[in-house]
Amino acid sequence: MSPQTVIFYCLAVIIILSAVIATFARNIVNAAYGLFFTLLALGGVYVLLRADFLAVTQIVIYVGGILVLLLFGILLTNRRLEDLIISGQRSSLLGVVMGCVIFAVLLAIIFYARWPQSENAQLEGTTAPLGYLLLQNFLLPFEFSSITLLAALLGASYLVRPSERD
Amino acid sequence: MTEPATIIPRHPHYFLDYADAARAQLAQSFRLWGVTLWPGADVPPALVYLAAAVVGCAVIIGVLCLTVMVLVYLERKVSGHIQSRLGPMYVGWHGVLQSIADVFKLLAKEDLIPDNALRFLYSFAPALVLVGAFAPFAALPFAQNLVMANMDIGLFYIIGFASIEVIGVIMAGWASSSKWSLFGGMRLAAQMMSYELPLGLSVMTIIILAGSLNLNDIVMRQETLPYVLQSPFGLIAFILYYIAGLASAKRAPFDLPEAESELVSGFHTEYSGMRFGFFFLAEYASMTLISAVGSLVFLGGWNFPFSGDGRVIVGLLQLGVKTAVLLMLMLWLRWTLPRIRIDQVMHMCFKVLLPLGMICVLGAGIEAVSGAHAVMWALVLLLVAATYIIGRKSNSFAPARAKGHL
Repeated sequence: MSPQTVIFYCLAVIIILSAVIATFARNIVNAAYGLFFTLLALGGVYVLLRADFLAVTQIVIYVGGILVLLLFGILLTNRRLEDLIISGQRSSLLGVVMGCVIFAVLLAIIFYARWPQSENAQLEGTTAPLGYLLLQNFLLPFEFSSITLLAALLGASYLVRPSERD
Repeated sequence: MTEPATIIPRHPHYFLDYADAARAQLAQSFRLWGVTLWPGADVPPALVYLAAAVVGCAVIIGVLCLTVMVLVYLERKVSGHIQSRLGPMYVGWHGVLQSIADVFKLLAKEDLIPDNALRFLYSFAPALVLVGAFAPFAALPFAQNLVMANMDIGLFYIIGFASIEVIGVIMAGWASSSKWSLFGGMRLAAQMMSYELPLGLSVMTIIILAGSLNLNDIVMRQETLPYVLQSPFGLIAFILYYIAGLASAKRAPFDLPEAESELVSGFHTEYSGMRFGFFFLAEYASMTLISAVGSLVFLGGWNFPFSGDGRVIVGLLQLGVKTAVLLMLMLWLRWTLPRIRIDQVMHMCFKVLLPLGMICVLGAGIEAVSGAHAVMWALVLLLVAATYIIGRKSNSFAPARAKGHL
């Protein structure tokens, strides 16, 4: 068994365990830290796939951005362990059915999709090709997504601004 | 349109390739010495990767711990002399062994966990902060090719791993179940997150000028002139970088996350013994990192004023001197500037540093395309002079009045 395989299975175990914690933890803080380990180990999987830029982006955006924001939100709520995650409306039957359907779809994708395979994975950096692709072939989608994000940013700051009367 | 594959610069050793080269070298050396370490032709690659990783980590952590010890001693000594005191004097000649005594004190102290603390998170947080502070050193070239992982994305990786430290700090502040810790953690998280933006933008300026994220490449391109002198935007970006770096290393005047007079000592109030030591180590390590990256990216690193091409000792010395100067500047600033308020911190970040950073990125883009360095210098100097003259007449640059603050 190659060391890559060993590392992959270690990461897989971490991902699955922490994802289970993130899903089933009743305490919102534990769920957030479960998510932290999931995202971190996922970055490790990207490194194994030789997608170094994607791996660091994963850390920067998901760990450094989204998760920190999430934790910041929790920090500002002053209650601690009483904060249990219970959604208002629950239908266990519907939930189980939906979960099974999604799981079946994912399994079908995993087993039936034709993943592109290359015989000899190239060891050169992915940064430069990514840059060329983003600014040549995919310039329009790239700019479109940045404008969408900008619009979301403006909308958020419009929603939280203090009202005129204050 | 050109095919992307033809223009990509190739790097001789990338990631695992580097270890592969090391493996070949090692196997050859063993054969030369007549030693058969492994039955069979070659040493198995996994073993070499593991050995390279362990040895590299051990060397970096060892050197870093030594640096931190010296730095702590210097900090106390410099602080003392700035305040007309002597600083540590008793342990060893002029107190040089004070840091060692402190390390033993920290090791010997009892490791307390408060009753109300969340045990797992409380004990895990210092390790996470330490990882966030030490991991970036893996991509730092101390001299030409003297780098553990010569990655294409070196600079991005270094900036990115700061976020792990933020998570650790929030974890520590939350898990301590103490109000001081919570406030400290919250302030630091807000500060580090906000200052990551100008930090990223200032580094981005140089990335645009250099056309590479690889630190070795960036330093190689500063052989004749470092970026602070090559381009006006390099100079502005360096000042931005240093200010943002001070903030993200929570140094004075941005040390309000652990403001002693208000918050006891911020997010690590409840920690004692070696766990506290970890936070201490991480703080000084990130100061060293900020200074080292600053001198590599902006000041020419190991390649200016003397070429470090193939000369490891010259490179190491040059980088060391520049880093030390930047570190000393941090110590000096601590006793020169008063601590600023949280609203001033945010004002500074979002209304001063961020727009300046964006101007730098834009200017660097224009400069990289046109290559007109002299014109840019003239333009920027003219603009600065005009701003200064206008700014003296109006008072529009004063920070806003304090409203609600954290």
